[in-house]
Amino acid sequence: MRKCSLNSINSVFAEIAKAATLYLPVDGKDGSAVYTKWEEGKVWSNALNTVRSPKDFFFPQTENLMAFKTAGKNIEIIDTRSESEDFVIFGVRACDVKSFEILDRVFLSEPVDTFYAARRAHGVIVSVACTKPSETCFCGTFGINPAEPAGDISAWKTETEVFFRANTEKGVALLSKIEGLTEECTDEAVDAQKEKISAIMKKLPLKDVTTDAFGGGKTMDYFNSPAWDELSQSCLGCGTCTFVCPTCQCYDIKDFNTGKGVIRYRCWDSCMYSEFTRMAHGNNRLSQKERFRQRFMHKLVYYPENNDGLFSCVGCGRCLAKCPISMNIVKVMKKIGGENK
Amino acid sequence: MQTITRDQLIEKAVSLLADGTVSCVLGWQKGEFDYDVTPVLFKNADELKANFVWNDFCGANFSKYLVTKAEKATGKVLVFLKPCDTYSFNQLLTEHRFNREKVYAVGIPCEGMVDVAKVKAICGDGIVSIDCGEKLSVTTLYGDEPTVIDAKDVLAERCINCKSKKHVAYDELLGEEGEVIASDRFDEVAKLEAMTPDERFAFWQGELSRCIRCNACRDACPACTCEKCVFDNPKSGVENKSPANSFEEKMFHIIRAFHVAGRCTDCGECSRVCPQNIPLHLLNRKFIKDINCFYGEYQAGAEVGSRAPLVDYTTDDLEPGEVFDRRDNNA
Ligand code: SF4
Ligand code: SF4
Ligand code: SF4
Ligand code: SF4
Repeated sequence: MRKCSLNSINSVFAEIAKAATLYLPVDGKDGSAVYTKWEEGKVWSNALNTVRSPKDFFFPQTENLMAFKTAGKNIEIIDTRSESEDFVIFGVRACDVKSFEILDRVFLSEPVDTFYAARRAHGVIVSVACTKPSETCFCGTFGINPAEPAGDISAWKTETEVFFRANTEKGVALLSKIEGLTEECTDEAVDAQKEKISAIMKKLPLKDVTTDAFGGGKTMDYFNSPAWDELSQSCLGCGTCTFVCPTCQCYDIKDFNTGKGVIRYRCWDSCMYSEFTRMAHGNNRLSQKERFRQRFMHKLVYYPENNDGLFSCVGCGRCLAKCPISMNIVKVMKKIGGENK
Repeated sequence: MQTITRDQLIEKAVSLLADGTVSCVLGWQKGEFDYDVTPVLFKNADELKANFVWNDFCGANFSKYLVTKAEKATGKVLVFLKPCDTYSFNQLLTEHRFNREKVYAVGIPCEGMVDVAKVKAICGDGIVSIDCGEKLSVTTLYGDEPTVIDAKDVLAERCINCKSKKHVAYDELLGEEGEVIASDRFDEVAKLEAMTPDERFAFWQGELSRCIRCNACRDACPACTCEKCVFDNPKSGVENKSPANSFEEKMFHIIRAFHVAGRCTDCGECSRVCPQNIPLHLLNRKFIKDINCFYGEYQAGAEVGSRAPLVDYTTDDLEPGEVFDRRDNNA
C-alpha cells in the first residue's frame, strides 16, 4: 500500500498525464460529474459517480470501422482505425469496474472485437472505493464490494489522503511512475474505511434485493409472466436506461454515404427502440412490452445462461436515477422474482 | 405542499369507478423511494388505496398517455390533470390525437413539483425518506437529523416559471381554480438573445454536446406523437441512432424544436426527463417568444381547435423583411 496527501493529488495527476492521457470524473456545468481529460486546473469530482458510464472508453457511442472509396468500378477499402494511445481512467467505482468484465465476455470472446480489444489493451483502470453510496446503489446484490474495487490499481480516498494498491502488472507499472510522489504505508486507514463502508452497506435501502430467482435456464419461468404487461405499461421506449447503463452492449452497424464513398460505423443501439434488430422480414419484437422484457431477461436470464451465471447488471443505480418514468431493474426483480420465488 | 390530498383524489377515483363513469384511472404509482413515481393505470379501489400517490414528485404529464391508453380502454379513462397538463391535453385534442369521449378529466390544483436533484444538492445523496408535509423533511443515510426544506426552494425549473395555475380543460375540477400567471419564463431566452452569435453557439455547443441521444425528450414530449419519427425511420434518409458528430447533435434538437414550434405548450417535460440536464425548454421558449413577438400573443393548448400562427395564413402576417424591425421594436 502506498499513499499521498489529498493536497498533492494534482501533482500525481500531472505525473500520470506525462506518460498517458488521463481521464477522471470532473464536475460539469450542470453539476453532475463527467469523465474529462485531465489538464492543469481540472479537479477530481467528489460526486459518487458519473451519469454517463465509463464504458465509452472501450465501447464508444459511435466509432468508425472502415471506409470505402469508389472511383469508377473500383472500390478501395480503407482501414480508418487510429492507433490507440495508452490512457488511464482514474476514479472508477467498483460497479463500473465490474461492468468491464461483463463487456469483455461479449467483445473478447471469439470472434474477438479488435476495436474493443485494442482499447482494452491500452487502458489502465484506477478504481476508487465508495464512502457514500447512494440510495439507488445495489452493487452488493451482485457480489460487488464498493470497499474493495477491482481494477489495475485500487484507491481509497479519505478526508486527507489517497491510498493506492496495485493489483496487476499494468497497475504496478503505473504505480512505479508515481513512486516519488507517494510513500509506503500500512493498511490501517484503509481497513478502517472498509469497515465504515460495510456498516453503510447494511443500511442501504436496496440491500435486500436478490438475484435468487434469476439465472440461466429460467427463460420459460418468466417469459410469459403477466407481470410484464404491468411493468412495461408506461415505458416510453426511450433509450435512457440502456445508454446510461455500463453493461448494455448492443450496437448497430451503419453505412454513411459521404457522396464520394461510404463510412461504415457502429453506434450504440437499444433494445427499447422500435428499429432494434430489424430484419428483412420486419421486426421480431413488435410491442414495447416485448422490447422491455428483452432488456431485463437479457440481464437476468440470457446473459447468465451464456456466461457461467454472471448477471449483466452491476447495481450501479443509473437506470433508477434516470428513467423518466422511474421504472427500472429493481422494480422488475422485485415483481417478477418476488412472485416466482 | 399540495393543497389537495392523496385521500381526496383516491376518494374521487373510487367513486367514479364505482358508479361506472370510468373503467380505469391513470395515476401515479409509488416507487422504491418517496420520489420515484411511475404513471400507471389503476383498475380498482384496492390498487388505488395500496399504491396511488399524490405528492410533490408527481411531475409526469399524463396527457400523452391518452393517445395509447384511451384507445385500448374498455370504458372511459379517468385522468388527473395539473394546470400545465391541461394545455397539452387541449393541444392533443386540437391535433385529433385521442378520443375525448373516452376520457374523464379531473383538474387538480398544483403548488409546483420538486426537483429531487435540487433536494440532493442541499441534503446530499443517500435519501432514505422525504416527508412531503408543510415543508419537506428529508432523511438521508449520512445526516443524523432530517433536513427541513421549503419546497419553494427546490422547485423544478418549469414550476418556478409556471405560466398558469388555471385549468383550460376538465370535466370536473377539484379544489380551487387558479389564474394564468405572468411568469419570468422568457428571461433566460432574453439572456441568450443578448449574447453574440459566437457566445450563443458556444453555449449550445456546451449543452448539446452532452446529449446521449436517448430520445427521452422526444418520447416524453406531448407534441411528439408521430407514429414514426423521421429519426427512427430508415426510409427517411435522416435516421440516426447516435449523434455521429457535433453537427448531428444539434440537428436533431433544432429539427425537433422547429417541428413542435407553435404546438409546444411549454409543459417542460423535455427538460424534466433529460438525463444530462440539458435546458431544452430554452430552445422551445425561443420559438414561443418569437411567435408572440411576430404574430401576437399565442399560447398553444389554451383552447381546443385554435390555429397556430405558423400554420394559419392571414393577410396581416409579417413579411420576412420585417422580422428584424419587429424584433428590435419588441426587444
Ligand atoms: S424503462 Fe424507462 S428509461 Fe428505459 S426505455 Fe422505458 S421509459 Fe425509457
Ligand atoms: S441495469 Fe441499471 S443498475 Fe444495472 S448496471 Fe444497468 S444501469 Fe446499472
Ligand atoms: S453501486 Fe456500489 S460500487 Fe457503484 S457507486 Fe454505488 S456503492 Fe459504489
Ligand atoms: S433527453 Fe437529453 S440526452 Fe436524451 S436525447 Fe434528449 S437532450 Fe439528448
